[in-house]
Amino acid sequence: MKKVFTRPESLKRAPFHYCPGCGHSIIHRLVAELIDEMGLRGKAICIPPAGCAVLAYNYFDIDVCESAHGRGCAIATGFKRALPDRFVFTYQGDGDMAAIGTAETIHAANRGEIITSIFVNNAVYGMTGGQMAPTTMLGQKTTTSPYGRRSQVEGYPLRITDLIAQLDGAAYVVRTSLATPAKVMATKKALKKAFEIQLQGLGYTLVEVLSPCPTNWKVTPVEAFKYLEERMEKEYPLGIFKDTTKD
Amino acid sequence: MDKLERTMMKGTEAIGEAAIQAGCRCYFGYPITPQNEIPEYMSKRMDEVGGVFLQGESEIASINMVLGAAAAGVRAMTSSSSPGISLKQEGLSFLASLELPAVIVNINRGGPGLGNIAPSQGDYYQATRGGGHGDYRMPVYAPATVQELYDITMKSFDIADMYRTPVMILGDGMMGQIVEPVVMHEKDNIELPPKDYILDGAEGRPSRIVKSLILDVRLMEEHNWKLKRKYDLMRNELPMHEEFLTDDAKMVVVAYGTAARIAKGAVKRVRSNGLKVGLIRPITLWPFPDAAMVSITKKAKVILVFEMSTGQMIDDVRLATQGKVDCEFYGRPGGVVAAPQEIARIIERHWLQKELS
Repeated sequence: MKKVFTRPESLKRAPFHYCPGCGHSIIHRLVAELIDEMGLRGKAICIPPAGCAVLAYNYFDIDVCESAHGRGCAIATGFKRALPDRFVFTYQGDGDMAAIGTAETIHAANRGEIITSIFVNNAVYGMTGGQMAPTTMLGQKTTTSPYGRRSQVEGYPLRITDLIAQLDGAAYVVRTSLATPAKVMATKKALKKAFEIQLQGLGYTLVEVLSPCPTNWKVTPVEAFKYLEERMEKEYPLGIFKDTTKD
Repeated sequence: MDKLERTMMKGTEAIGEAAIQAGCRCYFGYPITPQNEIPEYMSKRMDEVGGVFLQGESEIASINMVLGAAAAGVRAMTSSSSPGISLKQEGLSFLASLELPAVIVNINRGGPGLGNIAPSQGDYYQATRGGGHGDYRMPVYAPATVQELYDITMKSFDIADMYRTPVMILGDGMMGQIVEPVVMHEKDNIELPPKDYILDGAEGRPSRIVKSLILDVRLMEEHNWKLKRKYDLMRNELPMHEEFLTDDAKMVVVAYGTAARIAKGAVKRVRSNGLKVGLIRPITLWPFPDAAMVSITKKAKVILVFEMSTGQMIDDVRLATQGKVDCEFYGRPGGVVAAPQEIARIIERHWLQKELS
């Protein structure tokens, strides 16, 4: 009988701890599938964030080095400079990437570090219990913006991916979503492209993935995917912001 | 290399060259006075030896780049000065918990706050008490000559690998700028444990994890006790100190680094007046040379601690001597460098006051 579905080799035999409807499980699987398909397991080093995905080392069956909150791109820089022929990627949340780690992110991108950042944007701090993120949208209620985010008080949502696309060191910058199966497949395609560009040594690659957090959005998983498509994708338009292989 | 060849070297250059000779192949740092000659030297030399020099966007980024390179198995270092070292404390705590080797140089300047760029010893507590969060220690060396800067820097990389720990070299602007003859030599050929923890891709082996998140409190306690056992081992094996004219001394000055150089000059002066005064110079600040302090309580009646601070190391001297000897203090904080004559006068006053003749 033909096997049509199996666990990727690069995922450990461990059930995900993520909440029902969380996007991390989907993204973990996509990354693991690509590491298998592209034969990267023997040269891959993953730098997970401080956040829900800190426990990525429980799932990825590849070398994993934990990072302090926001320092992923600096640690990845250290790895890649020390071992230039390895495949190095950070896996980061919105707070990690765009608040506490803004400097590390922007400067790694601007130096053109040959690393890939997978940026999971769910507009909220998940692990700490749903506080406001730099990417929280105007009007969105969180535990630290209980009246909804107000531009005059909390400022505006930060589109760091759009910013990074302006930097000369960035080779491939894209925003995708998990809202539908087709968009999940498009996310995998974008990740593959980013990984390929890293292997070609062309520069910094960034894949922002809009991802649902039903628990902290306080909605059902089904509602969360709807919210993702109807609300988040409006605030954060999908698309390829930079692709130096096309320019 | 000709082992007898003496070269005039600046302190900061000695640190840089010793690191290169010790096999350091990754340097990450951020400019801050008075240590800029270290990154400047490394930017030139790393290129020549095929290593990595990278000026990070901050001290925080730099220490985390060191962390990445150390986890990749490459000898790595960073250097900074007081305010920059404060920013590196997060990384130091992580390096200690992750048990990754790294060498961190602090060319201590006047503080607190932005302070000034003059030589100071105000960072003693920060260096020896951990500095970052959590229950950890790290070896701290305080060289007092350019030759010692060279030797200790080289040794620090071995100590870091031997114990899988960050190691700090604590100097000051004076130590960094002084020019003295140095005999350059190759590193000791000591047997080091295999680096079986590094992350370089799980090719033909099970995947590895470098992490300090241990949510199970019992496992975290176990990790803390494991680190403690390692620190106890360091306390037994690492203490280093220099003694100068202590055999017949009724009074012993305790000072480290630049302060010890000044104190040595003062001791020579008062000796010429017949005062039996000696000097103990701790070379390791952590672990502190407790045994040397204890032995001095059996000989001397008075200890005078001299520091370029308002008094920090004196705590360790008191802990080691347990009140068995009179412990006096003289300090010049804020970047002031006292002359030997000044310390000699303080020694004479205590000598007369305590009726030591």
